[in-house]
Amino acid sequence: MSEWWTYRAEDFLLFSPRVYWRLFELHNAALWPLHLLTLAAGVIIILLIAWRPGTGARWLALILAIVWIFVGWSFLWQRYATINWAAAYIAPAFFVEGVLLIIAFLRDGLAFDRRGPAGWIGYLILGLSLAGAPLLAPLQGRGWASSEVFGIAPDPTVIATLGVLLLARGRLLPVLLPIPVLWCLLSGITLSTMGEPQAWAPYAALGLAAAAWIWTTIRQHGLLPTG
Amino acid sequence: MRTTRRTFVQAALAATAATVLLPISLRAQAGPPARRPIPSTREEIPIVGLGTWITFNVGDDPVLRDECAGVMAAFFEAGGRMIDSSPMYGSSQPVIGYGLQKLGHPAVLFAAEKVWTSSAAGGPAQIEQSRRFWAVPKFDLVQVHNLLAWKPHLQMLFQMKAAGALRYVGITTSEGRRHDLLEQIMRSEPIDFVQFSYNVVDREAEARLLPLASERGIAVIVNRPFRQGALTQRLQGKPLPEWAAELGASSWAQLMLKFILAHPAVTVAIPATSRVDHVRENLSAAAGPLPDPAMRQRISAHVKAL
Repeated sequence: MSEWWTYRAEDFLLFSPRVYWRLFELHNAALWPLHLLTLAAGVIIILLIAWRPGTGARWLALILAIVWIFVGWSFLWQRYATINWAAAYIAPAFFVEGVLLIIAFLRDGLAFDRRGPAGWIGYLILGLSLAGAPLLAPLQGRGWASSEVFGIAPDPTVIATLGVLLLARGRLLPVLLPIPVLWCLLSGITLSTMGEPQAWAPYAALGLAAAAWIWTTIRQHGLLPTG
Repeated sequence: MRTTRRTFVQAALAATAATVLLPISLRAQAGPPARRPIPSTREEIPIVGLGTWITFNVGDDPVLRDECAGVMAAFFEAGGRMIDSSPMYGSSQPVIGYGLQKLGHPAVLFAAEKVWTSSAAGGPAQIEQSRRFWAVPKFDLVQVHNLLAWKPHLQMLFQMKAAGALRYVGITTSEGRRHDLLEQIMRSEPIDFVQFSYNVVDREAEARLLPLASERGIAVIVNRPFRQGALTQRLQGKPLPEWAAELGASSWAQLMLKFILAHPAVTVAIPATSRVDHVRENLSAAAGPLPDPAMRQRISAHVKAL
């Protein structure tokens, strides 16, 4: 692309906010009442982490793998790509994340014994993505029809995964993190370019996650008093 | 059977468009839009067309697709001809195809498309895919989008034109990018059309591109006449100057469009809209009087000062 420095984020926005939110309306209408099942899966994830961090961890990775692949196929590939050709290139990344989570499931590669501030922030992000994300649409006057729900829409699915990864330890973490982080950045940029106030949601999730990881890293290197 | 269905659809869309609330003054002054000749053939074309960037990218949404078809119906009903799109515009091409099919493929359509790929070899296949989306026998105009791989694509388009597979060849840029290269191409290549951004505040094209287009006999398509809606949004709620009535302009959009259309080198301006009342308003601007050079300066100065 020549003279790339003259381009702004607006130049890459191919659709209007109305068309974007209509995607969620149509998607929700087509999939209802699957939302109840995906939300139940989200609650099961929280319960597994809280009460069965050892034996339940691998099943949690499998649940996340299924919703990543489903959202990548059903929303990004089938719907979003009809108005944004770039989504056709992003959908495979959701599939890749799903495969990585399946590997985490098969290898039992995540442990959920993290406590302290990082853990609590993880629970906070997870809770907000499940219970708070669906409220954003009606709170901004778009009604319930275009609500974004975990396991159905990408943002709450990805943000919930960030929360889960904050609560986890394991050698697979470095490969599981990049795609959710990049999606949050991309979604935040898209929403802010559309002038949508809820751009703060993916940005806030990223900010909270970064703060938690920095805190944990400093603690692990003994740079803070352990008191 | 086909004629009956087409007639029915046209009548239904016309009736829908007629129910849209328009200012009485707009309806009163609406007549056929003015026309200008394409220099290379002297074929005359209405000076307001229909852009589809963002506005027609509605995916598979049946409600929004019907709205776009309604905009197209109002556009043709008001005397418009040129619809412009690109493979870059998401689902705009199949949405245009949907609208054309619904309207019975109006014979007045002037189909303007673009080739947009860095692959020289991929150009013909992309144009063929675009043609299938529109479901037209051939395009009237195909332009090299944003000067991408312009050398091989222009040669390919000239060959297609010679073979009768299209009628006109053009090249585009937007937002003032690469005007030097565009100027060089306008001087050296036998293109029929050039497309670039020009509006009441972005007037760089007046210095070299517009005079050169006149000199070389190249038709000019103006994109982003309202800076993608930013200008009309900025002026929303601000009172229109009294002297706008002298031009028959009843809105900021009409006043700014008249500024563009009054430049003698401009052939067509292609505002994009998803609203029936706006498309009628745009075509109506081409039906009334246009400002003289002094009035054009006044319009530009006034808008810049706000």
